[in-house]
Amino acid sequence: MYNIRISFLGLVCSVLMVPTAFAGTLDTVKSQGFFNCGVSQGVPGFSNPDENGNWSGIDVDVCRAVSAAIFGDPDKVKYVPLTAKERFTALQAGEIDVLSRNTTWTLSRDAQIGLEFAGVNFYDGQGFMVRKDSGISSAMELDGASVCTNLGTTTELNMADFFRANGMAYEPVVFEKADEVVNAYDEGRCDTYTTDKSGLAAQRTKLADPDAHVVLPETISKEPLGPVVREGDGDWADVVRWSLNAMIEAEEFGLTQSNAKTTCALTSNPVVARLCGKEGGTGAGLNLGDSWSYDIVTMVGNYGDVYEKHVGENTPVGLARAGSPNASYKNGGVLYAPPAR
Amino acid sequence: METDRSKLGSFLFNRSVQGVFYQLITLGLVALGIYYIVTNTARNMLERGLASGFHFLGVESQFDIGMTLIEYSPTSTYFDSFIVGLLNTLLVAGIGILFATIIGFTVGIMRLSSNWLIAKIAEAYVEILRNIPLLLQIFFWYFAVLRALPKPKQSLELYDSFFLNNRGLFIPDTVFGEGSSIIFYLLWLTIIISIGIFIWAKRRQNRTGERFPAFYVSTALILGTFFISLAATGFPVSFEYPELKGFNFKGGVKLIPELVALTFALAMYTASFIAEVVRGGIMAVSKGQTEAAKSVGLKQNLILRLIIIPQALRVIVPPLTNQYLNLTKNSSLAAAIAYPDLVLVFAGTALMQTGQAIEIIGMVMGVYLFLSLFTSLIMNLFNRFMKVDGER
Repeated sequence: MYNIRISFLGLVCSVLMVPTAFAGTLDTVKSQGFFNCGVSQGVPGFSNPDENGNWSGIDVDVCRAVSAAIFGDPDKVKYVPLTAKERFTALQAGEIDVLSRNTTWTLSRDAQIGLEFAGVNFYDGQGFMVRKDSGISSAMELDGASVCTNLGTTTELNMADFFRANGMAYEPVVFEKADEVVNAYDEGRCDTYTTDKSGLAAQRTKLADPDAHVVLPETISKEPLGPVVREGDGDWADVVRWSLNAMIEAEEFGLTQSNAKTTCALTSNPVVARLCGKEGGTGAGLNLGDSWSYDIVTMVGNYGDVYEKHVGENTPVGLARAGSPNASYKNGGVLYAPPAR
Repeated sequence: METDRSKLGSFLFNRSVQGVFYQLITLGLVALGIYYIVTNTARNMLERGLASGFHFLGVESQFDIGMTLIEYSPTSTYFDSFIVGLLNTLLVAGIGILFATIIGFTVGIMRLSSNWLIAKIAEAYVEILRNIPLLLQIFFWYFAVLRALPKPKQSLELYDSFFLNNRGLFIPDTVFGEGSSIIFYLLWLTIIISIGIFIWAKRRQNRTGERFPAFYVSTALILGTFFISLAATGFPVSFEYPELKGFNFKGGVKLIPELVALTFALAMYTASFIAEVVRGGIMAVSKGQTEAAKSVGLKQNLILRLIIIPQALRVIVPPLTNQYLNLTKNSSLAAAIAYPDLVLVFAGTALMQTGQAIEIIGMVMGVYLFLSLFTSLIMNLFNRFMKVDGER
């Protein structure tokens, strides 16, 4: 509550008082030596703090990649945990420079709220979780259910669409914080908990008895999640966009965190040579050093490294990549980065 | 020449002229400041690609709300969602104020009891509740209530018509059939007549000293007319009972646990402050008043009603108003436990979907300001009514 008040105050003050728009975020960031990255308050696999307060997850790694590209050091980032409700205001108000917090790219957010989406780092879709003992096997059986969800998300709109389209009734129970949603669902306030399927998989690990719950098969929406920056600062948006693209392209051309050093020394492939910063001078256009993409791959990893480390099948979140939209376009997914040249 | 200058001088150094001059300068500066802020805001919002204006209020909201006092669906407009949120806030504030007043007055009088146990219980209540942050109390009641209640299929029930489970309290709805409107007209009429009886009884007592049992007469009048008219129209009232269908109960009136927990927490918390206000007010009435009343032979309950309370109320009402305002503003903590109040629905969901923070937060602030000023107005009128005649 207090956070949100402060960020509204921040927005109002900055909109009211600052005479010029935010320009030159990159210059500001370079001179202050770090940037602020808005993350969730704890979604395992996406952005989650450990007991020492170190953040990790695929959303966190987008910010680490940006940091590596700018500073040659992935840890020049200050993480700001935000609720779904606070996140855009915090970005508009300049409290954070990048928002990397499982945020869905939609038209209204892009066009109306003064945001610019820098790409997609996870293709998701909304689903429902229910108790196994409820005996429900399909979302179409949810007529009349109480539905717990998060305030300020696309989820709220999608579920209204879904129940309306199928002529079913429901009772929305909307909380401000993700932990409160999970808690209320666990206490039996709701028959079902809905959010993005990746979020369901992640939050399920927080339930008292994760095995007593099941995610229903239906996916009721498209949720392309990605990093967001303020509108009106193209240079900064470029840095974030291409940091993400470089991770995806590095994977496509077989450049991984573990083999980058040797591969870069030996390569004759011009694409790989550009990613290694040996040819093409790609950094100049972004106002970065030429080793920017090499630093990302060696310090943070390529997209595949990051995915398997945080949300892959061998993690508690356990989301299979093969067969999902998050696989590379070469493997039947939709992950496709424009060429970094 | 000389006289002109001294005239001009005396004009310039005239106190009231100087006063007006400085006020004009201040006014000008404030106007300039507002102009600067407004134009700057508009320009900055444009530069950052933020939508502005109020046309979003007419657009379909496309989201649903868990508890609505008016008809509402995803095809309703954002303005409708504003009204839904506003009514939900008013509901929780209204019920909260009612219960806080009842509990607060009871506890406040208990603290003054000569019975040691009663006084200490009241003291413990006040000291515990007013010293724990309200947000924690709201969470406590919410999750305590949720955890203690059974699932819908194992609902606690009373006479097959009242059901309590972790989805809320379900009670039968009264449905008024045809011809029932006459009953309400008669009800209103008898209430107005009763007010007239009170005024007449007071005047008569002032004039002649004779007392008239206005309370009993008007109660009998209202209830009597109500039941006679019910019987005369053939009981056009039926009940709709809640029934378990699928996941939950349908039909009847539903009180969601969020409403119950929030109202409970707000009322209990504010009551602890009201209790202290009441105690202070009663103690402010000098002991001589009681002794004087006893010496003219008034009974204990009349002393309280005619001597102590009217004087105490004059001390109580202004700080009581503060507590009512606090309760109304504190109801915005509803967002923490999913009660769909103005802050959650309008400054939450609607704000997130439209991104128009300045307009929406402005409207919400305007509402709370209006509610506070309105409550103050009512309480000030009441206070004026309570004042001793001739006192200003």
